[in-house]
Amino acid sequence: MLHLALFSIFGAICVAGAVNLLVQRHPINSALSLIAVMTSLAVEYLLLGAEFVAAVQVIIYAGAIMVLFVFVIMLLNAGEEERTRGSRVAILFGIPGVLLGGVLVAWTLIQRSGTDEVALGALPGSPTIIGWLLFHDFLLPFEVTSLLILIAIMGAVVLAGKPEAETQQTGKGH
Amino acid sequence: MVPISYYLVLSGILFGCGVVGFLIKRNIISIFMSIELMLNGVNLSFVAFAAQWHALSGQVFVFLVMVVAAAEAAVGLAIIIAVYRNRETLNVDQVNLLKL
Amino acid sequence: MQSVESFVVVSLIKSVIAVFVLLTAVAYSVWLERKVVGHIQNRWGPTRVGPFGLLQPLADGIKFLFKEDITPPHVYKTLYIAAPMLSVIFALTSISVIPIGNWVTIAGVHTPLQITDVNIALLIILGVTSMGVYGVALAGWSSNSKYSLLGGLRASAQMVSYEISLGLSLIGVLIMAGSFSLRDIVDSQSGVFWGFIPRWNIFHGQTVAFFVYLMSAFAETNRVPFDLPEAETELVAGYHTEYSAMKFAMFFMAEYANMITVACLATLLFLGGWHGPIWGLTWMQAVLPVFWFLAKVFCFLFLYIWIRGTLPRFRYDQLMAFAWKFLFPLAVANLVITGLVVALRS
Repeated sequence: MLHLALFSIFGAICVAGAVNLLVQRHPINSALSLIAVMTSLAVEYLLLGAEFVAAVQVIIYAGAIMVLFVFVIMLLNAGEEERTRGSRVAILFGIPGVLLGGVLVAWTLIQRSGTDEVALGALPGSPTIIGWLLFHDFLLPFEVTSLLILIAIMGAVVLAGKPEAETQQTGKGH
Repeated sequence: MVPISYYLVLSGILFGCGVVGFLIKRNIISIFMSIELMLNGVNLSFVAFAAQWHALSGQVFVFLVMVVAAAEAAVGLAIIIAVYRNRETLNVDQVNLLKL
Repeated sequence: MQSVESFVVVSLIKSVIAVFVLLTAVAYSVWLERKVVGHIQNRWGPTRVGPFGLLQPLADGIKFLFKEDITPPHVYKTLYIAAPMLSVIFALTSISVIPIGNWVTIAGVHTPLQITDVNIALLIILGVTSMGVYGVALAGWSSNSKYSLLGGLRASAQMVSYEISLGLSLIGVLIMAGSFSLRDIVDSQSGVFWGFIPRWNIFHGQTVAFFVYLMSAFAETNRVPFDLPEAETELVAGYHTEYSAMKFAMFFMAEYANMITVACLATLLFLGGWHGPIWGLTWMQAVLPVFWFLAKVFCFLFLYIWIRGTLPRFRYDQLMAFAWKFLFPLAVANLVITGLVVALRS
């Protein structure tokens, strides 16, 4: 009962945040609703027992990635977006299409796996065991992602770094 | 006890919202946030399936997805800053030239 | 195993006490700061209200409550109101997992001296403090004024940068203790080596990590010499320029609550928590650990204030260079060496 109640409350916050992200015109409001989605998703992870994933979700997603988003929104002083022709077409055809697809997927899922139930904290993913898996079974993917993030850092520095004076004068990018 | 399909449907809803946002948003930053929303939806389904099959590798996968999302955010936001520097707009419809 | 009702009641009592004590501590650390900085600068600090100005926090609180709460017309209202609340909520939340002593038995209830003992306590604190950036950043943005915006931008860049070296400096301690639980980390620091030196992490292999932590913590809490987000000589008051009365007081409370959290964390992770010489009667043996803990926290807070009264402020580019070119490599080097030593020993 407790499990279902908590699931419903935080699931509702998730869905409300996701819908609010779509409705809001100002990017900073969208960013804040995304943060709400992420933190309540962390609670959903906790309900499933994935405590380490929940903590990392808050630290990395809500605490680092979204701070970057908010930072960029503040830095570029992004204003409200204006609706253009392209987006109206997308609303007209996109939303019904996605709704149809979503209903189909949900129907299939409930039909196929409706009987399997999980208890509160079904599969405890403690930091110890996740760490053990990361450094034994998944050592290669782990190292590859670290390489990926190194490349991403260098790419970000190259892209966002100050362009040299002469390229700025002629107005040419790289 | 909660049926696992509830979690999967929730993850599906989040993914769907992400897709819709990707289609209807015109601001690059909002589009990018929709992508993050999709990734989050997928992560929830990973954790739910991990609980269903009693396989912790699902949770490890979420961890890897988060790292990839962090890398993606770093590069993506750098691209957004570069675009804004060249075009002085964040509207994707106005970023329609290959070269300035 | 205790029943659910007694669990709820005990947790509620502990939460109320913790919040009350924390808020009082916040008020009196403001008093302490004014007093100590005053003496450093050859002044007296507050003296008028009560003996040694001890009732000054009360007077300040009444003043904040009854001041006119001005909302400037050009602000983005929802976020302008939400930002100080977010700040103070995240600042107060992190105290919930901090233990201030061992298990005690009061009136037949056996309970740890903390609100809740979880095995990922450190991760929770890191998560909550990383969410604390939003209060400052949103305050800067929603005020719609250039000083606030600059302060908010500086705060978010600074806090994200220093969070990395902060987290890395903690990992050395985690490797030594082998647990995320703050209680286990404190327990791993009991005893002495070479006969007399306590086995606290600051003496026992993590000295470098402690200094990295110290500097990152100063930057995380926006204190001198890293108080760029609210540098009064260049930004008026930084992110809280447009705030007045109780909303301003909330930012103030959040800052000092963060200081106290950081001091508690330093005590738990590097200074041996509640370990210290224990002697005397039974009641003294019960009280002394808590006393040692509070004494260490006090020393750390005093250090904060001392530095505030001594050092000038960094320039912004120096601040960033310091984080990325000095602290970060230092923390990584410490992590690698600690890992190697622990691996070779086992």
